[in-house]
Amino acid sequence: MFSYVIKRAVATLPVMAMVAVVVFAMLRLTPGDPAAILAGDDASGAQLEAIRRSMGLDQPIMVQLYVWMKQLAQGDLGVSLLSGTPVLEMIGGRIGPTLSLAVLTILLTIVVAIPMGVVAARNPGGLLDRTVMTFSVLGFSIPTFVIGYLLIYAMALKLGWFPVQGYSSVDKGLWPFFQRLVLPTLALSGIYIALVARMTRSSVIDVMGEDFIRTARAKGAKETSVLLRHALRNAAVPIVTVIGIGVASLITGVVVTESVFNLPGLGRLVVEAVLARDYPVIQGLILLFSFTYVLINLAVDILYTVFDPRIRY
Amino acid sequence: MMILSCKSLLRGSRALLCAASVLVPVAASTGAQAETVKAVMMSGLRVMDPVMSTAFLTRDHGYMIYDTLLGVDSEFKVQSQMASWTVSDDKKTYTFTLRDGLKWHDGAPVTSEDCIASIKRWGGVDTTGLALMTMVEDITATDDKTFVIKLTQPTTLLLSGLSKLSSRPAFMMPKRVAETPGSQPITEYVGSGPFRFIEEEFQPGVRVVYEKNGDYVPRDEPPSWTAGGKVVNVDRVEWVTMPDQMTAINALQNDEIDFIQQIPFDLLPLVEAADGIDVKVIDKLGSWTYFRMNHLHPPFDNELVRQAAMAAVGQEDVLRMLVGNPEYFQTCAAVMGCGNPNEDTYGEEWVVSADIERAKELLKEANYDGTPVVLLQPTDIAMLAAQPIVMADAWRKAGFNVDLKTMDWQTVVTQQGNQKSPEEGGWNAFSTYSILATSGDPFGNTTLSTAGRKSWAGWPDVPEIEALRLDYARAANAEEQKAIAAKIQKLAIDKGVVGPLGQFRIPAAYDSEWTGFLEAPVTLFWNIQKAAE
Repeated sequence: MFSYVIKRAVATLPVMAMVAVVVFAMLRLTPGDPAAILAGDDASGAQLEAIRRSMGLDQPIMVQLYVWMKQLAQGDLGVSLLSGTPVLEMIGGRIGPTLSLAVLTILLTIVVAIPMGVVAARNPGGLLDRTVMTFSVLGFSIPTFVIGYLLIYAMALKLGWFPVQGYSSVDKGLWPFFQRLVLPTLALSGIYIALVARMTRSSVIDVMGEDFIRTARAKGAKETSVLLRHALRNAAVPIVTVIGIGVASLITGVVVTESVFNLPGLGRLVVEAVLARDYPVIQGLILLFSFTYVLINLAVDILYTVFDPRIRY
Repeated sequence: MMILSCKSLLRGSRALLCAASVLVPVAASTGAQAETVKAVMMSGLRVMDPVMSTAFLTRDHGYMIYDTLLGVDSEFKVQSQMASWTVSDDKKTYTFTLRDGLKWHDGAPVTSEDCIASIKRWGGVDTTGLALMTMVEDITATDDKTFVIKLTQPTTLLLSGLSKLSSRPAFMMPKRVAETPGSQPITEYVGSGPFRFIEEEFQPGVRVVYEKNGDYVPRDEPPSWTAGGKVVNVDRVEWVTMPDQMTAINALQNDEIDFIQQIPFDLLPLVEAADGIDVKVIDKLGSWTYFRMNHLHPPFDNELVRQAAMAAVGQEDVLRMLVGNPEYFQTCAAVMGCGNPNEDTYGEEWVVSADIERAKELLKEANYDGTPVVLLQPTDIAMLAAQPIVMADAWRKAGFNVDLKTMDWQTVVTQQGNQKSPEEGGWNAFSTYSILATSGDPFGNTTLSTAGRKSWAGWPDVPEIEALRLDYARAANAEEQKAIAAKIQKLAIDKGVVGPLGQFRIPAAYDSEWTGFLEAPVTLFWNIQKAAE
């Protein structure tokens, strides 16, 4: 296992290098000029040229790539072309809301969706199953921003239980931290609960037809024990996969939720950077996102061995 | 123990209450609340150099932490702000004297050398500054508080430039900062203005924090636009960025913020109906929207085709789609703006209303051959998305072959500088808007630079306007300037230099607890205070 993890970690390096080159090339092919954005739309050609020179954007693409790769090798993601702030510092300042929202959403999803899926799978076609599946369809169908606005209207404006927007970091107190994340977590978890509940249901139903389930029942195991100890554990691999994908997509940014609840997270940062053609920030973020995906895939692969001892690396 | 008891409760339905009861003490208050204004501005602040950038938000940031030598009042009169001035009889030598008590935020006194360096940096990049500097013979410091600007010829540009409202005002900075080349952003944000920038709390694009500058000595006169006393009655101002305007309005209703700089017109009824919220147009002058044609390439290299394009578009059609509520818009043919001193109505009979028949006749006369018109349409900014749709529709009715290209605004900005033909990736027309405070004279108004490829996007080549601009700079008084501006108006309309699409005013909204928001073309945070209980 240890050697597998090392191998996977080493394999990450060429992946990241390729991502870096592709992102760099794609950004340079995208129309847009950070100098024009910095100077404003009425800047003269000479002014733009001077700004491009000061940013190093007048250099040949290969020179720019070399400079950036050299910086990367030293662990430096560069500085924002617009604000002059180091990219690492910008990411550090924005990762808190995104991580917090992702963790809370996944926790809520696991706590709610897996029991829902198991309950539905216990009696397929029954009332509980239909109820769970109805909620699941609703979770898929209603856009997150609609749920967000409804929650804001009911729980913030009418009942006054939570603030409408904003983020308070955990060092400013746990209650303000949670208070500002309750509504976005509820809004965002709808779709993930729907997804995981359906996946849990179908995986458990599949497993319930296996021989070892019949054996467990024949041995006199209680139905709850059959469901939780035997069926759910064996159905865990696809569920873990879906949750892993969910975690990755949550960390790489949930722009709509962050916008509706004014959370200054990575999703908003990436949109702002793209609109402003802030190349170093976009490059840094995409590298981070790629790294996150690689890491989560690795974690999911390792978790497979926990749930299914037959899987070995 | 607490963890165990909570675990058991978390299984129940009162998990949140449990969490709250345990966690509240951690968030204990840390002292008396300072008087803070939380404002949602039009976008997030990212560019911090108000001399390098013309972004409105960067300019507003400039007014928070920097000061200007001169200000402009609501009568468009230049007034002393940091400095008073005297002028020689031949109107070629201006002596500026800094007033007492001016200090940078680091405690050092403001000196003549600081101001000279600031004027030079501004004069190297600003449109008015560039024109002015060609007439400046010398700037010298007489002593720490006095400096002299010698001109090669009399010009009103000196006072109008140093008091320029927007964008870029001539903000004063310490010499070490002002010596940064104009093509490089400054990295130290020390001003002498009424607020201090709190760098530790700055999150680009998210939040900007200012604190009252306790050392600032305001003038005694009442405030009027950027002139008069900048009296700060709050301890702190926070600019919070909210990408979703609906969220901003909800937050205002829920007392989480105090001020929204711009309310989108479609959400205005929500705010107007809410209790405890005041809606007010702070910039009474407002903005004007216009379109620009590319004079370098067919079909708009033909004057008659340009006139046809201007005749085809009706301002009211554009403004109804863009703004909707007539209370907030007006039609206007003046290229330097209705409400500005240089307002002129020449051309309104065919620029304001749509005249499709006239457009068709002009196209026929021009032998328009159906060359496609590449019209750029930004879709990500509400105030810019509507104009191209109406223009394209009107132009098609008149007989133009329109190729409407949708893109984000930043791509439009980049495209603007592309002088290649539309077949090679260039463009024929785009529309945008500017605030009228910027556009009231032929130097601040970039659309009126007509020096061909050296001028702003569209590159009109009208030497007569260039000559008139110089005359304007040399004019002895406002009356003379107005007469020259009228000639520029006629040429700008006849030659199709810019197509005015009308004017509008964007309202702001704020919690009724606050008073004293100054009516001005720029958003100012001095003078505001909590209303008496």
